Amino acid sequence: MKTFALAGNPNCGKTTLFNALTGATAHVGNWPGVTVDKREGVYKTSAKKQKGNAAVNMAIVDLPGIYSLSPYTPEEVIARNYILNDRPDGIINIVDATNLERNLYLTTQLLETDVPVIIALNMMDEVEKSGDKINAAALEGALGVPVVEISALKGTGIDKLMQRAAQLPATRRGQTVLKDALGKQIDTACAYYEAEGVPSPLFHALKLLENDEIELERKGAQTVLDEVAAGADLEAAIADERYKFISGKLAGAKTKAKRGALTKSDKIDRVLTHKIWAIPVFLVVLFFVFHLTFSENLFFLNGFTEAQGWMPSLVDLGLAAEVDGSVEYNNFGVELLAVLYDGTVFSPGVILTNFLNLFLDHISDGVVTLMENAGAAQWATGLVGDGIFGGIFAVLGFLPQILTLFLFFSLLEDSGYMARIAFVLDRIFRRFGLSGRAFMPMIMGFGCSVPAAVNTRTLSDEKERTATIRVIPFFSCGAKLPILTAVAGGIVAAFGVGNSDLITYGMYVLGVASAIVCVLLMRNTSLKGETPPFIMELPTYHWPKFKNLMLHLWDKTKHFVKKAFTIIFASTVIIWLFSHLSFKWGYLPDEEMNSSILASIGMLLQPVFTPLGFGSQLGQFGWVFAVAAITGLVAKENVIATFTTLALCIGAYAGAGTEDGVEELSGLIAAITADTGISQGQFVAGLIAFIAFNMTTIPCFAACATAKAELPKGKFKWTLLFWLAASFVIGAAVYTVGAWWWTLFIWLAVIAVVTTFIVLRNIGKFDILRLFKIRRKSNKEE
Amino acid sequence: MNKLLSDFAVGESGRIVRVTGEGRLRRRLFDIGVTPDAEVTLRKRAPLGDPIEVTLRGYELTLRKTEAACVDVELNGGKAE
Repeated sequence: MKTFALAGNPNCGKTTLFNALTGATAHVGNWPGVTVDKREGVYKTSAKKQKGNAAVNMAIVDLPGIYSLSPYTPEEVIARNYILNDRPDGIINIVDATNLERNLYLTTQLLETDVPVIIALNMMDEVEKSGDKINAAALEGALGVPVVEISALKGTGIDKLMQRAAQLPATRRGQTVLKDALGKQIDTACAYYEAEGVPSPLFHALKLLENDEIELERKGAQTVLDEVAAGADLEAAIADERYKFISGKLAGAKTKAKRGALTKSDKIDRVLTHKIWAIPVFLVVLFFVFHLTFSENLFFLNGFTEAQGWMPSLVDLGLAAEVDGSVEYNNFGVELLAVLYDGTVFSPGVILTNFLNLFLDHISDGVVTLMENAGAAQWATGLVGDGIFGGIFAVLGFLPQILTLFLFFSLLEDSGYMARIAFVLDRIFRRFGLSGRAFMPMIMGFGCSVPAAVNTRTLSDEKERTATIRVIPFFSCGAKLPILTAVAGGIVAAFGVGNSDLITYGMYVLGVASAIVCVLLMRNTSLKGETPPFIMELPTYHWPKFKNLMLHLWDKTKHFVKKAFTIIFASTVIIWLFSHLSFKWGYLPDEEMNSSILASIGMLLQPVFTPLGFGSQLGQFGWVFAVAAITGLVAKENVIATFTTLALCIGAYAGAGTEDGVEELSGLIAAITADTGISQGQFVAGLIAFIAFNMTTIPCFAACATAKAELPKGKFKWTLLFWLAASFVIGAAVYTVGAWWWTLFIWLAVIAVVTTFIVLRNIGKFDILRLFKIRRKSNKEE
Repeated sequence: MNKLLSDFAVGESGRIVRVTGEGRLRRRLFDIGVTPDAEVTLRKRAPLGDPIEVTLRGYELTLRKTEAACVDVELNGGKAE
C-alpha cells in the first residue's frame, strides 16, 4: 500500500481533507516522544469510481500544520523527520488558495526534497466567491508538479486529486526555485551532501545555507557554509528569493478582483477585538459556555436567587415522593422528566449528565439486584455495586460535561475566536512568562481539569505547557466546589462565625493566586526559558464544520473511556477494597469503614497533616480528614461522600444523610471540639487549610491520567511531587497564618529570602554549588 | 523614511527593509512571511496596547511589540491602498 503524507500550513483545511479522505478509518496517536497528534488513516477508492481499474488503497498520514521545514517547533521537526526519514511515496501539499503567497512558501521547500509532490489547491470555492481567479494550469507549469483544484469542505475534486496522486512517479529529483539567484552556492553545498551520500541533498544544501541548526551539527558543514556564504546573509536572501519567485509566478496565475474595504472578518473583529468591548464580550462568551455546561438553572428562568424561585419541583407537583431522604418517582416517565427539569430547568450539560447517570444507575441497580437474587454474598454485591460500578460511573459521569465543555471550546477554537482571545490577553500573561494562549486551558480548569489539560496542546512551547498543566488543578474544578461549600457550611453551622459564600469565594481567589505564584516560581527555576514568542496568524472567521467537531469529540471520548476502564478502574477498585476490608481480610459494610485498612492508613498518616492543622491535633477522630483526602484522589466528589459515611460510622452525626454534607460536617466538628477541646480559631484555620490542601493537591485519577498523557516524557512524576509539595506548603501557610496571624511575617520573610535567592542566582551573582565547594575545600584544609 | 514596525501608528503602512533579531526569532519571522520587500500595514493594537495586528501578504498576523521591533520598515507616507 502506498503511503502519502498530508502537509500544509495551519488552518489550510488539512484536517477537513484528512477526514474527507479517511473517514472512519482514521486513528489518532501521538508522534513518538511528543504529544502532537499523529493521525493516520486509509483512503479507499471504490472500483466504480476508478472505472475499470482495481480499487487502490492508500495510507494517509496527517502531518502537523507547519509554515516551514525549519527545525524550531516540535511540529516542524516532526514533519521534516517524517518526510526525510520515513520517505512517504508522495506528499500531498494542501495550499489555501485564499492565501496563496504564504502557503506556497512551504511548497518551495517541499519541492527541494526528493519525494514526489502533488498540490491540492484548497478553498477554490471561496476564491471564486470573492471574484478572484487562479489559473491552476499556469501554477502547475510554474511549479513543475501536478496541481489539482479541490474543496475539502464540499468534497469536490478529491477523487481527481487521489487519482493523480496514485499516478505520481515513484521518484523525483529535488528542484529549487533559487537556482537563478544562488545557483553557485547551492551547487557547492549540494556537492558536499552528495559526497556524504545523504538522500535529498538539495534540501539539506538549502537548509545549510539557511543556517539551519540541525545541518550545522554535521561534521564539516560549518566549513562549507563559511566558505560558500563568505559573510553574506544568505538566510535573508533565501527567504526573500522564495517570496520573489512566488510573487513573480503568481502574477501570471492569479487575477484579483476589486473588493470593498472591509471583509466579514473585519466587521466581526471590530467588535470582538474592540479597544473597550473586547474583554467584556469575552467575559460574556465565557459565562455562557460555563452556564450552558454546568448551570442547574438555565438562563436564570427560575429567578436569580432562591427566594425568587417560582418553579414547582416534581415532588410539589405530586409526580414524585420523598421517601427516607431520597426521591422516588411515580413512574419511569417522571424519572425521564427529572433529567430535564426538577424545580428548575437544567442546562444542556447537566441534562446530558443526568441522562447518562440515569442510564448507568439502572445498569448498576439491575446487576446488583440480579446478584442479590442469586444469593451472592454481601461483599460481592458491595464490590460490584459500589466498588466497580460506583468507581467507573463516578468517572464516566463526568464525561457529558467534559464533552460539552470541550465542544464549546472547540467551537471557539475552530471559528477563529480563540486566536483573538490570545491576542487580547497576551499582554497580561506575558508578565508570568506565558503567552496569551495559556489563558484558555487555565480558565477551562474551573470546569474540569481533563479538557483543560488536553487544550494545552495549543501552546507551542513545551516548558510553557508543562507549567500550565501543573497549575490547572489550582483553578478549582466543578467537582471541588462541594468540598468548598460543605466545609465552609460546616464551619458556619458549627461555630456560627463567618459567611460560607465568602469563604468559598476566598478559596477560589487563593487557588488563582497560588497558580500565579507557582508559574512564576517554575518559570524562574525548573522550567526556566524565555517567554515564547507570540507570532501568530489570525485566521479569518468561519463556521466550524459539524463533522470535524464530532470526529474531534469522538476521539476524546474514546480516549477517556479507555482511560476510565484501565487506570482509573484499577485504582478505584483498590481504594474500595482498602476501605471495605479489615486487616483480617474480612468484609466490612460501609457503616464499619472506621476499622478498615484505609482507616488504619489514615490514622498512620494523620500526623503528617499536623502542620496543616487537620492532623494529630484533632484527636481520635482526626484520621477522617486523612482518609477523605485519600479517597479524593479517585474523584473529588468522594471527599464529602467519605465525610458523610465516616461521620455516621463514628457516631458524630445521627440523622439521615444529607445531600450537601453540611450537617454531617458540623456534627463532626462538634464531636472533635468536644473530644479535644481545640480552640475555635485553630480548628477553623485547620478546616480552611483542609480545603486549600484538597484544592491544590494531586487532582482526581481522570485528571492525573490526562496530565500524564499530555506532559512531556519523564515530567509526570515531578508533577505529582510538585502537586504534593505545593499543597503542603499552601495548606501549612493557610493554617499557621489563620491560627496565629503573626506567622504571616515569617512566611513573608521566607518568601523574600527565596525570591532574592532565585533572582540572584538567575542573574548569576550567587551559586549555591560553588558556595558548598568552597566550604568543602576549606574544611579539608583544616 | 524608515521606522520600526513597533513604532507604527494604526493605519500606517510600508515596505519591509530589514529584519533583525536572534536566529530563532528571525527564522520564524521569515517563515511566516515577514521578509524584506513585503508590504505591511498596521491594522490595530490589542486592547491593552500590545500585541499588534498587521496585514501582510494578504493575511492577518499578530506579533508583540518586542518582536515587531526587529522589523525595519520604509514608510509609504500615506494610508495603505
